[in-house]
Amino acid sequence: MDPTAKYISQKISRTRWRPVPAGLLQQPEVFAAGSWDNESNRVSIWSLGDDDSDTDGEFDEEPRLLCDSEHDGDVTDLQFLDGDRLVSASSSGAVAILKLQPDCQALSLAHVWERAHRYSCDNAPCTAVVCRSPELVSVGEDGRVILYKADQTEVVRVIENADSSTIHAVTFLRTTEVLTVNSIGQLKMWDFRQQSDSPAQILSLTGDRVPLHCVDKHPNQQHIVATGGQDGMLCIWDVRQGNTPFSLIEAHSAEMWEVHFHPSNPNHLFTCSEDGSLLHWETTSGSDMSTLLQRGWNSRVVSHSGVPLAGEDDSVVSSWLAGDSSKNRLEATHMLPSQTLSVNSLDVLEQCLVCGTDGEAVYVHRQLPNFSI
Amino acid sequence: MEEVDVEPSTTVTVDLYSLSCKHLGFEWGPGDLLVYETNYKLQGPRSASSPSVHVVRRDEDICSPILRKLFNESHLIFVGLQKIKEDVPSKNKKSQFVSISKNYRSVIRACMEELQQNAVSTQEGSLASQYGDQVSILLAIELIWNLCEVLFIDAAPAGSLLLHLLDWVRLHKSDVDTRAREVLQSDSPAQHQSYWDVVISLVLQGRTDEARQVLSKQASLRAESSSVFKRMDVLLQNMPIFNPAGTQTLTEFDVKWRHWHEECDRCLQDNTFASNRHLETICKILVGDEDTLLEQRELLSTWYHFLVTRLLFTHPTIKPPDLHYYAQSSMNMFLGPRASPEPLDIILLSAFEFDLHQVIKDCSIALNNWWFVAHLTDLLDHCKLLQSHNLHFGSNLREFLVLEYASGLFTHHSLWQLAVDYFDHCPEFGRVYLELQIERVPLDTERKAIKVLRICEDRQMSEQVRSICKIMAKRALRNNRLGSALSWSIRAKDAAFATLISERFLQDYSNKGFFTDLDLLDNLGPAMLLSDRLTFLGKYREFHRLYGEKRFSEAARLLLSLMTAKIAPRSLWMTLLTDALPLLEQKEVIFSVDQTYELMSCLEELNLGTKDSNQTDQDEDIESTKTELLRLALARNLAMAIVKEGTIET
Repeated sequence: MDPTAKYISQKISRTRWRPVPAGLLQQPEVFAAGSWDNESNRVSIWSLGDDDSDTDGEFDEEPRLLCDSEHDGDVTDLQFLDGDRLVSASSSGAVAILKLQPDCQALSLAHVWERAHRYSCDNAPCTAVVCRSPELVSVGEDGRVILYKADQTEVVRVIENADSSTIHAVTFLRTTEVLTVNSIGQLKMWDFRQQSDSPAQILSLTGDRVPLHCVDKHPNQQHIVATGGQDGMLCIWDVRQGNTPFSLIEAHSAEMWEVHFHPSNPNHLFTCSEDGSLLHWETTSGSDMSTLLQRGWNSRVVSHSGVPLAGEDDSVVSSWLAGDSSKNRLEATHMLPSQTLSVNSLDVLEQCLVCGTDGEAVYVHRQLPNFSI
Repeated sequence: MEEVDVEPSTTVTVDLYSLSCKHLGFEWGPGDLLVYETNYKLQGPRSASSPSVHVVRRDEDICSPILRKLFNESHLIFVGLQKIKEDVPSKNKKSQFVSISKNYRSVIRACMEELQQNAVSTQEGSLASQYGDQVSILLAIELIWNLCEVLFIDAAPAGSLLLHLLDWVRLHKSDVDTRAREVLQSDSPAQHQSYWDVVISLVLQGRTDEARQVLSKQASLRAESSSVFKRMDVLLQNMPIFNPAGTQTLTEFDVKWRHWHEECDRCLQDNTFASNRHLETICKILVGDEDTLLEQRELLSTWYHFLVTRLLFTHPTIKPPDLHYYAQSSMNMFLGPRASPEPLDIILLSAFEFDLHQVIKDCSIALNNWWFVAHLTDLLDHCKLLQSHNLHFGSNLREFLVLEYASGLFTHHSLWQLAVDYFDHCPEFGRVYLELQIERVPLDTERKAIKVLRICEDRQMSEQVRSICKIMAKRALRNNRLGSALSWSIRAKDAAFATLISERFLQDYSNKGFFTDLDLLDNLGPAMLLSDRLTFLGKYREFHRLYGEKRFSEAARLLLSLMTAKIAPRSLWMTLLTDALPLLEQKEVIFSVDQTYELMSCLEELNLGTKDSNQTDQDEDIESTKTELLRLALARNLAMAIVKEGTIET
């Protein structure tokens, strides 16, 4: 089934689903989109709502705009802090909390940390922000890692000179640990309980230092992390173990901008890239050749055979790490109908997928095909 | 240089004359015009006010958010069109081209609808009128495009040509449907004031079935004149309509049609409909009486509707080449002797005359944006309808128009990414244009620079890659981000810049006494080989690390190799030798005899070099002390080494 496309007259840098309250088995209906490269950028809230009309499941509704707000500088990252607060990172170095009114009638600025990221004589763009309520962590081109608390006006902690190159993405590993990736191909783990300003651990690929652009942690197993870089390679790492990733997959032909594990079904992974494609990866165990041929084999898989850690039950080892290719296969399917301009961002929640492109279009899949929970 | 066909129109943008009576100067930019006040005054004393500079934007459509959707969606269609393969047989290709043309048109219509909605809902008067203007321009564009699709792309033969033209007219005269609905939904349709207007409009558009349906409302009322209505009903029902998919040939249809036409004529001669003047009018229309048709001027509203109706009732088997005779005469008849045709009328007339080039030329002059002509010409070019004659500017017409359009896009802060694909599909000059334009995209964030670089790298524009990376690296260096600067120079494979960065590192080291950015230096990897200085830096850092890990013999070997392999720059030899000092002073002998000899020769080589004349006496003292210390340490080490190596273990 093809996704619905909506042209929104601004290049989209980030799209994020608004979280649904836990426990309600609802599909997400509201998403936020941030723009970039406009003279005046905006953060906008869209709804797929069919709240008042009785449409049957077949008819694809176009997203409609609920509200938006002006944003100073490009929206470089967007995250929902909770059901009605959004955090945005800006290319002017500011990190802002935006509050969504009930009924999504308006979006207003609740708090902004101006020039959180800066150079001495210039603005430094903030490149990524991640939240685990009430804490936020932001990283930027100035190589700083900054910790904030959502309700405090002053920043909690700044790690100066955390990196000599640009930090592109950050993710929480544990409550006090974050993992950052930078433009010389390193993954660094930071522990906020430690007083020193140096990373707890540094991992990198031997060989060419390819910049890494995105990182995501496995929802259930905190030591498994996926990264994507400038050459479009998808790497799955085990951060407890050494310096080499478990799998190296040639996923895309250009920079990979975002990688996401599905939050409730981590056997599914989604990546999007500058080359205009959005891939849905699925590890299956024990599938036979016929289903493989049916779904289509779209990728070249180069996987290391990782050795499962000694003393662990085979069933516990994640299918991402077990490299035995006869038992566990990796399948990829293209999610967008044709080649578009760069897909900058994607988000997936339950059965819904939303992504935004440089062609000023938002694509929404309301029912992920070949998806079983 | 071509002559100008039309007088250029004056647009008042900046009214400076009245204010300061100064001459204006101007300069062309890629998309805008720079207008500035000069010091030349026409009259009166010079004023001391500072001159103002104005930027006049030529094309305001590009900034409209709704029209942006047009640009984006048509870009997707354009790229899809270019990908159609050459080896597909031409019959399939024609249907593909027609569907692409329909895609373009549906995009135009979608934009038009949204603009219309906005025009209705907006509060501001000026904005509403602006939207209204844009809607009417888009209407005209879609009209012209549709006609070009019918005449050129679909290239329907006689018989179906008229059917397509009828569809064209029906699509662009939608008020008939609304009026018909209004009449039919009223309480007594036959008494409605627009009743007969609706019936006649439907007949004029050749929609005989619907006309019959509306007529039947009348017939049920008046029993005494029902026979007349029945007669008209029969006439309308019998009107033959050509079915291109059917088995009937054109000649058969022609015979049948003439037969029917004669019957209508007979009805007229017999005065069958004399009792009801409306029905008489309809009969005259069916016969194709020009005067009656002209009387319906208000219902027809445009000369091309008149043309199509006239053809429908006089010459339904019209062949494409004969079209223009009727077109010219229809226009003259409809507009009358005094009215002068509008630009749109002239364009449509050129289309009916199958003069493509005139159509494109007139559209280019009339519209302020190259979007329409570029896309239409590109599609026509794919259908192989344009003769390729070279223009004075060197490329063919299609390429010229696409280049102009794309250059206009490039001046937009956001839409420049679309323009890249357009340049890609201009074989002669596209690459050159792209090379010139891509360097001028402002790079505020690293992410944007990465995207621009990806565009350049995919097209092997290595010079542009180098220059962009250099800009980013220089900026990073200015902000003291040495790691970023290094990663940019690695991407550009710029050895010279890598050397510059390494110099910076070494400078920092000699100033501060320790290395900054260790995470970078420790993990250089194969990038180290990019430049000699960078290799030295990496190895030097490695030496420090080995020393820290107390792996002295390895450290010593490394240090020596740095000097003997001439990787280390001369200026740093003293520093290196000083670093060797603690190794020489160790209790254990680290440097072997040979190594010590080499160190000594390095020291002597250093001293032989010309002395720096700017050195003060104090500096000279320090230098000579250092040299003496080194000589002493080396000598001692040599002694111990000789002894150690001469000793035989028993």
